[in-house]
Amino acid sequence: MSDIAAARLSEAELARNFADIHPPLDARTARIDANRCYFCYDAPCMEACPTGIDIPNFIRKIATDNVRGAGLDILDENIMGGACARVCPTEVLCEGACVRTAQEGKPVPIGALQRYATDWLMASGEQPFKRAAPTGRKIAIIGAGPAGLSAAHRLALLGHECEIFEALPKSGGLNEYGIAAYKVPDDFAQKEVDFILGIGGITVHHNKKLGRDIHLADLRRNFDAVFIGSGLGAVQALGLKGEQIGGLYNAVDYIAELRQSKDKTALAIGRRVVVIGGGSTAIDIAVKSKRLGAEDVTLVYRRGPEAMSATEKEQEFAQVNGVTIKHWMRPVAIKTNGANVSGVEFEHTKVIADGGLTGTGDMVVIDADMVFKAIGQIFVPDPVCEEASRLDLHNSKIAVDETYATSIEGVFAGGDCIDGNIGLTVAAVQDGKLAAAAINEYLAKK
Amino acid sequence: MADLTYNFAGIRTPNPFWLASAPPTDKEYNVVRAFEAGWGGVVWKTLGEDPPIVNVSSRYGAVNLGGQRMMGFSNIELITDRPLDVNLKEIARVKKNWPDRAVVVSLMVPCEEEPWRKILKKVEDTGADGVELNFGCPHGMSERGMGSAVGQVPEYIEMVTKWCKQHSDLPVIVKLTPNITDIRVAARAAVRGGADAVSLINTINSIVSVDLDVMAPTPIVDGKGAHAGYCGPAVKPIALNMVAEISRDPECENIPISGIGGIANWRDGAEFMALGCGTVQVCTAAMHYGFKIVDDMTTGLSNWMDAKGYQSIDDFRGLAVPNLANWNQLNMNYDIKARINQDLCIKCGLCHISCEDTSHQAITAGRVNGARHYEVVDKDCVGCNLCMLACPVDDCITMERVDKDKPYMNWNQDPRNPLASAAE
Ligand SMILES: Cc1cc2nc3c(=O)[nH]c(=O)nc-3n(C[C@H](O)[C@H](O)[C@H](O)COP(=O)(O)OP(=O)(O)OC[C@H]3O[C@@H](n4cnc5c(N)ncnc54)[C@H](O)[C@@H]3O)c2cc1C
Ligand SMILES: Cc1cc2nc3c(=O)[nH]c(=O)nc-3n(C[C@H](O)[C@H](O)[C@H](O)COP(=O)(O)O)c2cc1C
Ligand code: SF4
Ligand code: SF4
Ligand code: SF4
Repeated sequence: MSDIAAARLSEAELARNFADIHPPLDARTARIDANRCYFCYDAPCMEACPTGIDIPNFIRKIATDNVRGAGLDILDENIMGGACARVCPTEVLCEGACVRTAQEGKPVPIGALQRYATDWLMASGEQPFKRAAPTGRKIAIIGAGPAGLSAAHRLALLGHECEIFEALPKSGGLNEYGIAAYKVPDDFAQKEVDFILGIGGITVHHNKKLGRDIHLADLRRNFDAVFIGSGLGAVQALGLKGEQIGGLYNAVDYIAELRQSKDKTALAIGRRVVVIGGGSTAIDIAVKSKRLGAEDVTLVYRRGPEAMSATEKEQEFAQVNGVTIKHWMRPVAIKTNGANVSGVEFEHTKVIADGGLTGTGDMVVIDADMVFKAIGQIFVPDPVCEEASRLDLHNSKIAVDETYATSIEGVFAGGDCIDGNIGLTVAAVQDGKLAAAAINEYLAKK
Repeated sequence: MADLTYNFAGIRTPNPFWLASAPPTDKEYNVVRAFEAGWGGVVWKTLGEDPPIVNVSSRYGAVNLGGQRMMGFSNIELITDRPLDVNLKEIARVKKNWPDRAVVVSLMVPCEEEPWRKILKKVEDTGADGVELNFGCPHGMSERGMGSAVGQVPEYIEMVTKWCKQHSDLPVIVKLTPNITDIRVAARAAVRGGADAVSLINTINSIVSVDLDVMAPTPIVDGKGAHAGYCGPAVKPIALNMVAEISRDPECENIPISGIGGIANWRDGAEFMALGCGTVQVCTAAMHYGFKIVDDMTTGLSNWMDAKGYQSIDDFRGLAVPNLANWNQLNMNYDIKARINQDLCIKCGLCHISCEDTSHQAITAGRVNGARHYEVVDKDCVGCNLCMLACPVDDCITMERVDKDKPYMNWNQDPRNPLASAAE
């Protein structure tokens, strides 16, 4: 019998497990940490930030207690600076590049300082952005995720009117439906959305899905430009028999459910959980399973630790949370017991001459009550492409040029859905920002 | 949004943050970069007569404190080492290209009327906004009878200032040396000479450290060192006091003051302004971090002014001056006691030992249920602030006022004063 049950932990334990993993800095600690920054020239941390925030400048302003100035430096370049401060894998971005990492293995805590400044500004209740004079131009935006919101904010700032069409009932994209709950607790995603929309000139239409409720041809007719920020649609299949069986889940679906659940004691989790994948989604679902009360959580990845797209810090985080990580194993069969999974059969792997992977023939079964697939999401071109057969794809994602223009005139795209995007919140925000600038130029010429 | 523009003794500036006369303002290249970064004005590196002086190699020394570099900074450089003509041409070009910024030219020539008359004419021809008389440089030039050798003799200050006012229509700022006993004497001399403004402080005579292997003061030039001019964050308290002395001296007649000394951020600048300065000047902080620090200065000052409701610099300039009193005007009945917030206390014991060993034995070190516990003994606490200053936790020790209902009584009125006069 598979053992899947809700309320493995008490309400209090669950509340603790899903609270802020990195509590905010207090003013004193923030100042001390800020004073560790050297105010580097042409700072390496800044080069490593996909949105190019002027990090030394904002940190110096924290040190001088010019926190408003610090917050504005951040939001000027990255309107989701608050979310990014919480969810960016800083160890491979700004903090990884910080000269104090090279000097003493201990970076300036840029993410935490960024959170300090943006929290301060958002808590002040001020709307610091003033829109340029109205241009009379209207832009349609598909998707209220980081890419769409970032584009909308910048376009609104430049004086344009934006209408966002979002398939789901809430805005925020994966900030709301995907990112680990303990990274963005207290409804932060919605607070940030409100802050962004506070600039004015942006209307969001929820439950409006491109391809179902709205159509590209109409948008192109009724708007001066269109921006697609629809993210990735579906989860990749394992390509095994029995993928429809009970107890086998897409990690992102379960995460979305968890993110939306008001009562975590109602969430059923297996006693023994197997997670298949090596990215941050795999880490997230493994840790969450543990924090929901699963007894054994095993994360299985087909290559070694350095090949995992989850950072070293994320892997360590899973391990201190009691997740067992097994490497060099690939799934070959789902084991079932009646209508439910009972385990996964893995084959050990090794690298062959050309760097490819091969099975060793050595099999092992890991028993499980619940199995999560976290082997990456893919872009689902259907709704968009059905709408417009001329939309070129590249590497199965939307192809754009350096101005974020797609193959269809007046239609731009950015975020997870475009080819070349690295799949982080911060990258989606940067795409949205740059695409907005490109749209602005396009409109000026039109 | 606060208005940061200022009219300083007739010199207009978009913001009150200027670069002081020093290497950051030595040539067009630097000054243009500074203006691009947002500085409101510059005081050009001090010009002198040709032939230009020659500097030594190994010029700077520093005091580092607790892992922070250059808390104090010293130098043995002289005035500009470039020909006068080159500097004047560049000044003219910079002013032409940056008409909205303040360009003031610092000058130091021998203590005779003719050299001053001649150089002033040349400076006027550049279109510069004013001159600053360098009576402060404490090394190299003073041995040649210039710089602080002039600044230490009030009669010379007055005389040279008069010449300058006589031979030029440009606003004249007199830069004062702190290497004197009473800054007011020097400032009054400048006022008598007709100065439009004073600026202070220049650098302080110093030896920042002694190399115990070489047995020489640093910076070391081939085994020897000279006394050097001290500046940077460490000198700010000294500069603030000197500025305040001038601000509240009736004989200085509210002369405009440009504050200098250890200014590294907007708050430092605001403090100088609260003590009466209309503009402030920066050298060391720019030499440490580059010109970009001005962004924090302008935005920080503006944000703070907005938060306080100050619309212009003059709205808060000098507001702290009336609260600077002589000791004998302080309220002898004012009584405060240390209060330890036991929830914040981390039990380091520093409050106890500082008070026990060096103050009034007013904090006990005991145990409550086996845990370390520190408690203030009110009757022994004199309210000196030492424990609060030593405590590593912000707001853990605060001082509470306990002298309810007692009237103001200064030392002149105090019966404990053997010379007390009831008449005050
Ligand atoms: C589980 C998980 C954890 C993650 N953790 C991190 C992390 O810790 N740090 C990090 O930097 N990144 C993380 N990421 C990646 C990050 O969330 C994404 O890179 C980012 O959200 C991409 O933004 P986007 O706007 O391009 O897409 P999305 O956030 O996916 O937003 C797209 C929006 O478009 C809407 N939409 C889609 N199709 C349509 C349609 N046809 N019509 C109308 N609307 C549509 C969607 O509902 C959604 O709201 C994580 C991702 C996942 C899945
Ligand atoms: C290297 C160096 C050179 C200086 N040269 C001059 C000068 O030529 N003329 C002058 O008036 N002051 C000169 N100064 C003094 C500065 O203008 C300023 O008064 C002093 O450094 C205090 O400010 P700070 O603490 O911001 O550095 C010099 C200072 C330094 C550090
Ligand atoms: S690299 Fe590190 S020390 Fe340098 S500016 Fe960036 S945060 Fe500061
Ligand atoms: S700062 Fe530049 S000029 Fe000065 S000693 Fe170092 S390298 Fe030489
Ligand atoms: S110095 Fe402060 S923290 Fe330390 S024992 Fe005293 S009150 Fe507590």
